[in-house]
Amino acid sequence: MPGLGASFGRGGATTFQQDLQNADCIVIMGSNMAENHPVGFQWVMEARERGAQVIHVDPRFTRTSAMATRHVIIRPGSDIAFLGGIVNYILTQGKWFDEYVKAYTNASAIIDERFRDTDDLDGVFSGFDAKTDNYDLASWQYEDLSLKGAAGRRMGPSAAGLKEETHPLSPREEAAQKRLLEHGKPPHYDPTLQHPRCVFQLLKKHYARYTPEMVERVCGTPQADFLRVAETLCANSGRERTSAFCYSVGWTQHTVGVQYIRAAAIVQLLLGNIGRPGGGILALRGHASIQGSTDIPTLYELLPGYLPMPQAEHVDSKTYLEKGTAKHGLWGQMPSYFISLMKAWYGEKASAASDWCFGYLPRITGNHSTFPSIMGMLLGNVKGFFVVGENPAVGSPNSSLHRRAMANLDWLVVRDFFEIESASFWYDSPEIETGKLRTQEIKTEVFLLPAADHLQKSGSFTNTQRLLQWHHKAVEPEGDCRSELWFYYHLGKRIREKLNGSAEARDRAVLDLTWDYPTEGALDEPDAHAVLREINGWGMDGKALPSYLKLKPDGSTACGCWIYCGVFKEEQNQAARRKPGGEQSWVAPEWGWAWPSNRRMLYNRASADPSGKPWSERRRYVWWDAEKKKWTGEDVPDFTEDKSPDYVPPEGAHADDALDGQSPFILQGDGKGWLLAPDGLVDAPFPAHYEPEESPIPNALYGTRANPVRERWPSANNPYHPAPGEPGAGVFPYVVTSYRLTEHHTAGGMSRTVAHLSELQPEMFCEVSPELAAERGLENGGWATIVSARTAIEARVLVTERIPDYVIEGRQTHVVGLPYHWGSRGLTTGDSVNDLWVISTDPNVHIQESKAASCDVRAGRRPRGKELTALVNDYRRRAGLPVEE
Amino acid sequence: MRADDERSPAWPLLRQLTRDRYALGAAAQSRKTASLEPRTATADTIVRSVCPYCAVGCGQLAFVKDGKVVQVEGDPDSPVSRGRLCPKGSATRSLSESPLREYKVKYRRPYANAWEELDLDKAVDMIADRVIATRAQTWESANDKGQPLNRTLGIASLGGATLDNEENYLMKKLYTALGVVQVENQARI
Repeated sequence: MPGLGASFGRGGATTFQQDLQNADCIVIMGSNMAENHPVGFQWVMEARERGAQVIHVDPRFTRTSAMATRHVIIRPGSDIAFLGGIVNYILTQGKWFDEYVKAYTNASAIIDERFRDTDDLDGVFSGFDAKTDNYDLASWQYEDLSLKGAAGRRMGPSAAGLKEETHPLSPREEAAQKRLLEHGKPPHYDPTLQHPRCVFQLLKKHYARYTPEMVERVCGTPQADFLRVAETLCANSGRERTSAFCYSVGWTQHTVGVQYIRAAAIVQLLLGNIGRPGGGILALRGHASIQGSTDIPTLYELLPGYLPMPQAEHVDSKTYLEKGTAKHGLWGQMPSYFISLMKAWYGEKASAASDWCFGYLPRITGNHSTFPSIMGMLLGNVKGFFVVGENPAVGSPNSSLHRRAMANLDWLVVRDFFEIESASFWYDSPEIETGKLRTQEIKTEVFLLPAADHLQKSGSFTNTQRLLQWHHKAVEPEGDCRSELWFYYHLGKRIREKLNGSAEARDRAVLDLTWDYPTEGALDEPDAHAVLREINGWGMDGKALPSYLKLKPDGSTACGCWIYCGVFKEEQNQAARRKPGGEQSWVAPEWGWAWPSNRRMLYNRASADPSGKPWSERRRYVWWDAEKKKWTGEDVPDFTEDKSPDYVPPEGAHADDALDGQSPFILQGDGKGWLLAPDGLVDAPFPAHYEPEESPIPNALYGTRANPVRERWPSANNPYHPAPGEPGAGVFPYVVTSYRLTEHHTAGGMSRTVAHLSELQPEMFCEVSPELAAERGLENGGWATIVSARTAIEARVLVTERIPDYVIEGRQTHVVGLPYHWGSRGLTTGDSVNDLWVISTDPNVHIQESKAASCDVRAGRRPRGKELTALVNDYRRRAGLPVEE
Repeated sequence: MRADDERSPAWPLLRQLTRDRYALGAAAQSRKTASLEPRTATADTIVRSVCPYCAVGCGQLAFVKDGKVVQVEGDPDSPVSRGRLCPKGSATRSLSESPLREYKVKYRRPYANAWEELDLDKAVDMIADRVIATRAQTWESANDKGQPLNRTLGIASLGGATLDNEENYLMKKLYTALGVVQVENQARI
């Protein structure tokens, strides 16, 4: 989540769901919260009953729109133009919260004189290399001060999968990299915000063209509707009032997804809505522990706690830590976090003498995300694959490519409750039906191992608000069902037994690993508490540590994930705390445990003014108690407890000590909220509107059509639709978007298999407007076939005015809506929407674009077998794309 | 209500007219329904859990009787969900007991056209062998500049967002020690 991380310092929701009740205005964009997070939506309803404005900006009229005070339409894929319009409105109408912006954001910082905007360069920023399609970020930095991003591309380009920077540093750049903040301030800044190269003025210039007229042209939102949103949001923000944003994957699944979130961050910083009750940005995540699986990452570029994975050029821990450790802010303590992790993993073996076992760690050399892995399978380089509670045969874009990739493996292990499509592709996939794959020719050896469910094991989930909640085992798993804890622990033990005595250097990393957890019961289930305790960490005395502040870089502490340190404070599983909500304050600090240090709202120092007093009594939350000389309030202060508001760092101060008493964003290199991101993101310092990879609409704002540094994998099996103006562009004339239904869950593995849910939503369908239905002869309740250059799928037709038609540049533009839960197996079956998409991803996080693309629609069911291939080939021919045999 | 019904068995209409105007209590009750008890009342234990679907994190109470989960309800103590569950959360027991649930290891040999049975311990052993062999076959110790790599690109893993933190931790720890770097989950999808 580098959108939030690059703006504020941490990749997590800035607030918590219950705090929505305090908002004066809530903007929900990129989310259908009432249907997809229905129980969390009760807090939006609480706010509305207290008089709050609830605005839903969405391409469809959904139940969220029905419960909002206002629904405003927006074409899928155009949200940055809309949010940029709000930034423009704030800046031209003088609506920003001036004291907040001056004190808590980087508005006053002066940027390198080489910086050029998309305004100057027709849609690209300075540093763009058209040969490699990469940016050199040097010109986005502060003048004479080089800062590291707190998230995203912290370790240089190869971590982001980009080519190496080759240009040698100039003496001035070299000096800038060594330079420190001066008493908490950058070397050049203008507190009056007038300097033409200060962030505030650059921001103004960048968004000058995002006028209400432009918003209407790009988004199809009527100007009056747009203006009412901007007015309402501004009227409900400031010293006395606060507004919140809620978003979900409607924002993240784009080739500029990270910049969508950045755009909201800029709006919220300008309006003074971060770190204050009723404010914030709430990321609504779709899986029980999706936040947890990022914090303790099953992700290629991270180690636990957002520590970066080492790269090939990090020959020892010194080079790794020198590259990753920031001069100022909490990332200044990176050696403590990293060395404690190595102590947790390698115990006694990790010492200064062994370079903390740094040599055992594997190195990354580029993008190793799921899409390059799939390409590796197709080439035969990736031979073994574990699929663990995920279903790429239905859930991944251009799913056919993923199924073919799995058909080219040596071995595949699927762990799931059910025989999902990713386990059965070798005999019942669409490719078997069309004859592109034949069972007897598929070499893949498949192991399907049944998994225990959450009622059959103990452990913690981290929910959407960074809250760890323990679930206790209710019953024993049946048959061969086992937890992942059991499977990985025993697999690891078995591998270690087999490698025991090996003389191979590579096997030391496995054999020296601390891998001895207590087990319990007849099944030898590892004790999940013991694992959580290792995640929390311990000191020399063996006692559980209370906080990450206690971690040391000398090997005297062990900690599996520094941001979770404190979850086993006082030897108690804090995630299992269950003091009823009704028996404590509305913040409910004694229910579960939130990272970091049980802080429920991040950056909450910003709820007080620079002098430490609440901005307003109505919105008081955390403040400076001058008598006791400490921060106090409703929540755990997200600030050094005794750092006074008038603290000025001494010369040469390091890490957190280098940030002054008025810098609430304590992971950032300058302690400020970043309106301009000088580092961390590879595609833009300010969000700019780009069209989706596949869009029937040209970019009205710039000559550069789509994100110039998006990642593409052109191949015969992953062909891209022609762009507007190219031959064949009219073959896929409609905009298409995808979404979830209340009764189903993602790729359907946990809902198409459940009788009640299958009965409630029994069939795949598409939503189309009456105009589109008339244009293509579609009948309500009948069948439609939706076609892309990858395949064609069929769906029942729902003709509804809930999907509006957009007028873009004077042209009527139809939108097709598709729920994406179906696949070939389960109690209810249907074609998979993900089969339609092409793989094209955001360059920061490698997330695919599956919320906005182009397609064609025809009446009737799709053809079967070879006739389906023929139909798609006919489209490919007309679009000028290579046909498939 | 039940006691009342037992003491004065009368025709339902009479009961409605005299004591239960809206027919929501005694008037709608038979001797059989009077003797029914909710599963929540007869459970042996109540276990605190958390909904496994989306990331709202609703509190759940699992009611257990004779080693079986007999009911899953919203936990009214949760300050996040206040006792509520959505249709998916309410169907949690049906998820756990779905007729499609797999209880035995299934194994498909290369080029085979059907599943076979396989002992779980044998499966773990075979998987361990394959990890070791693929890792050895595809090991990269250094790049062409002589910088260390210590890894295999021959193995990949996908999944984690539906799992517990402790499980993700063991996965990442083991994979990293094995040199498996292609570790990914739903956060990108």
